[in-house]
Amino acid sequence: MDVVIPWLPSMARGLQTTLWLATVVLVSSSLIGAIGGLAIVNGPRPVRWFLRGYVDIVRGIPILVLLFTVYFGSSAFGSGLDQGQAAIVALSIFAGAHMTEIVRGGIGSLPRATVEAAEVIGLTSVQRLRLVVAPLVLPRILPPWVNTAVEIVKATSLASLIGVIDLLYATNSAIGTAKHPIAFYLTAAAIYFVIGAGLSRAGALAERHYRYHEY
Amino acid sequence: MGYTFNWTIVFTYLPQFAQGLLLGLGITFLSLAIGSLIGLGGAAISQAAGPGRPVVRGYVEVMRNVPILLWAYFAYYGLPQLGIGFLDNNWSFILALSLYAGAYLTEVFRAGLAAIPRRYGEAAMSIGLRRHQRIGLVTLPLMFRIVLPSLSNTFIGLFKDTSVAAALAVPEVTFVAQKVNQDTFRVIEAWSIAALIYLVVGYVLAIGLRRVERRLQVVR
Repeated sequence: MDVVIPWLPSMARGLQTTLWLATVVLVSSSLIGAIGGLAIVNGPRPVRWFLRGYVDIVRGIPILVLLFTVYFGSSAFGSGLDQGQAAIVALSIFAGAHMTEIVRGGIGSLPRATVEAAEVIGLTSVQRLRLVVAPLVLPRILPPWVNTAVEIVKATSLASLIGVIDLLYATNSAIGTAKHPIAFYLTAAAIYFVIGAGLSRAGALAERHYRYHEY
Repeated sequence: MGYTFNWTIVFTYLPQFAQGLLLGLGITFLSLAIGSLIGLGGAAISQAAGPGRPVVRGYVEVMRNVPILLWAYFAYYGLPQLGIGFLDNNWSFILALSLYAGAYLTEVFRAGLAAIPRRYGEAAMSIGLRRHQRIGLVTLPLMFRIVLPSLSNTFIGLFKDTSVAAALAVPEVTFVAQKVNQDTFRVIEAWSIAALIYLVVGYVLAIGLRRVERRLQVVR
């Protein structure tokens, strides 16, 4: 494992990129999911059809194909996106579809009576969302949201294939000079594992904290 | 902003796309088969509550939290360092995907075993079936039917994961699209064909598997 130590700083820089990419995508896809999920339930019919198509098409295409399509496809039109931008766009499109489906499922699992009761007592649509729907739906969608966050972290590794210098790219270029692939790959695997297992653990703790409402 | 489509050049690559698709499906089937064996073993060990349990737990957690691309590199570039140099890129990827699938399938089968009502095992015991008969005639058929929907999802997920094999130059659909992209610069055409292949094949598989599920559904 000694061979790895001199390369840890460059792997740490790669890790920074991985974490940054994952964070940006987690935020953007959560926004897409929140808006898309609400619109797919309450929106006008054409919007619902469009979102249904978006979710079903994106979920049927491998992330890597989506990534290559965005990266090479954008270059067919003028200067195109750089590697980092393409990765953000492609991963956001991918994760946004999953998030939309998660939010839709969460809202769909609310008993009709709850929403109707909120209407009957005269809450406005904003109040219903803020006071009734959000507090009930958010704890429910926490577990799949955390799963998607882990999937996003894993999916960022594919960005190394279009030249984003993330953890996996940094690992590969270290191996190019230092050899010893096993030691390097195991180190990188350990880092990915800690991030993923950490997220899952944090999610499980949060879930226990918010599980005040069972019915 | 001008981009003129030219499908005729790209269509000459259709036989290569078709071959790539067959290779991708082959990799998916093999990985699912090997992964299912691993998953059955893992689930059996998990249920037995022996010392093997934390080992299986660790295997599942480690495989699931680390990207498949890293495991593919590990199998292809790492294993020769351990003297395992006889795997070419195709087999390296199949090995990686099988172990990856094995982790997910361990969870699937574990949940399936847990979902079998106790009374089935007790009924099998009371009519005098032996242990291997109980497993072969009662437990496994019931579990298989319970896990079938999850199994179909895993299958389709694996099919999409075969795209990652392009990183090892395995000539499946994504790799063919890359090649077309480089050879002809018909960027949009190449990638929309690849996306369409995954989309259509994935949905055809999903519809077919739903039909099988409905036929085999356990009457509960």
